[in-house]
Amino acid sequence: MYAVNYHKPASIEDAVAAIGGADEAKILAGGQTLLPTMKQHLAAPSDVVDIRGIGGMTDIAVRGDTVTIGAAATHAAVAGSNEVGSICPALAALAAGIGDPAVRHMGTIGGSIANNDPAADYPAGLLGLGATIVTNQREIAADDFFTGMFSTALEDGEIITAVSVSKPDRAGYAKFRNPASRYAMVGVFVAKTGNGVRVAVTGAGEDGVFRHAGLEAALAGNWSPDAVDAVEMSADGLMSDIHASADYRAHLIKVMAKRAVAAAG
Amino acid sequence: MTQVTMTVNGKAASGDVPGETLLSDFLREHLRLTGTHVGCDTSQCGACVVLVDGKAVKSCTALAASLDGAEVTTVEGLANGELHPMQVAFNDNHGLQCGFCTPGMIISGIDMVNRYKAEGRELTEEAIRHELEGNICRCTGYHNIVRSIKDAAASM
Repeated sequence: MYAVNYHKPASIEDAVAAIGGADEAKILAGGQTLLPTMKQHLAAPSDVVDIRGIGGMTDIAVRGDTVTIGAAATHAAVAGSNEVGSICPALAALAAGIGDPAVRHMGTIGGSIANNDPAADYPAGLLGLGATIVTNQREIAADDFFTGMFSTALEDGEIITAVSVSKPDRAGYAKFRNPASRYAMVGVFVAKTGNGVRVAVTGAGEDGVFRHAGLEAALAGNWSPDAVDAVEMSADGLMSDIHASADYRAHLIKVMAKRAVAAAG
Repeated sequence: MTQVTMTVNGKAASGDVPGETLLSDFLREHLRLTGTHVGCDTSQCGACVVLVDGKAVKSCTALAASLDGAEVTTVEGLANGELHPMQVAFNDNHGLQCGFCTPGMIISGIDMVNRYKAEGRELTEEAIRHELEGNICRCTGYHNIVRSIKDAAASM
């Protein structure tokens, strides 16, 4: 790893100042992607600004039918949270399946969605649930937040502080893991909400996480795994790589969608 | 440089470290606690797992500077006059072949037993195999490693 200046501000204001004062700053939340990336010299920030010292960043709280999860809440904290479980057990289960136990003790929800890895789990969960991403500047709907592979609507110096999720009627997640990396080769999150059915797919799209209109329409008409059979699944825009062809991923989307609906009940 | 003070294996340990210093480097190079091994250095193999504030963490994927005030336990800090039950179980069940992954396996074993006990869940053989997802044994000696953890879970 190249030399880097480390900052651990105690407030959002100090964090913004540290980012602004650096040549090229990266926000550090759990480091489970950023640090390996820096070791490989794929990222070489001059400064890292650790947001875990900012008050409230790891809080998880329920108000009414909404759970708000601090950006620096770890995957293990979300997985084991009674608050998250009371609003959306499927999101807790998703968190419990990220990486491995040691990674879940450090990796955070804010870090995961800010990175928007095309094979990450949380983008599917938050897009599927129609979550709201709260930053130090504004609130962003998940539909507007994930803008492409490794890219988001975040501006320079904008810091995710929390994520809010409203209680769905039903929700479920299923993923097919790459046997080596254990990342999702395809992951599908399904949710039945007061605003309709939402289906988000990770691991498959060339532009990262996306919603699938065909699956949403089919499940809105008939919320059952069988409803997936009749959905036309195009391989257009899906990734082809050494792990799987676009056609294979298209097939996996249907299989994972069925499993996710079955898991949702 | 960042001044860092941690409690490592019950003793205060401090140092002035560059921002990029990994916890694994701080433990091995600054404190000369070389029981924590660095296998892959890419967060996959788990040989470097230590307990940070009681939780298993990959020390090659954490900055030392970020852990000011933390309580760290490495494999050297487990024996307290006598071996930790997990160490005894690895000895009794021959839970190792070359031994390189063993420090991480033992720490991860302790972590999973502690978590399952705290949550009142049974640590079955299947659960142990899933929990070991982040610890790789290149000798593929998993059968005896799983047996060791199951054995230790009964005595911890």
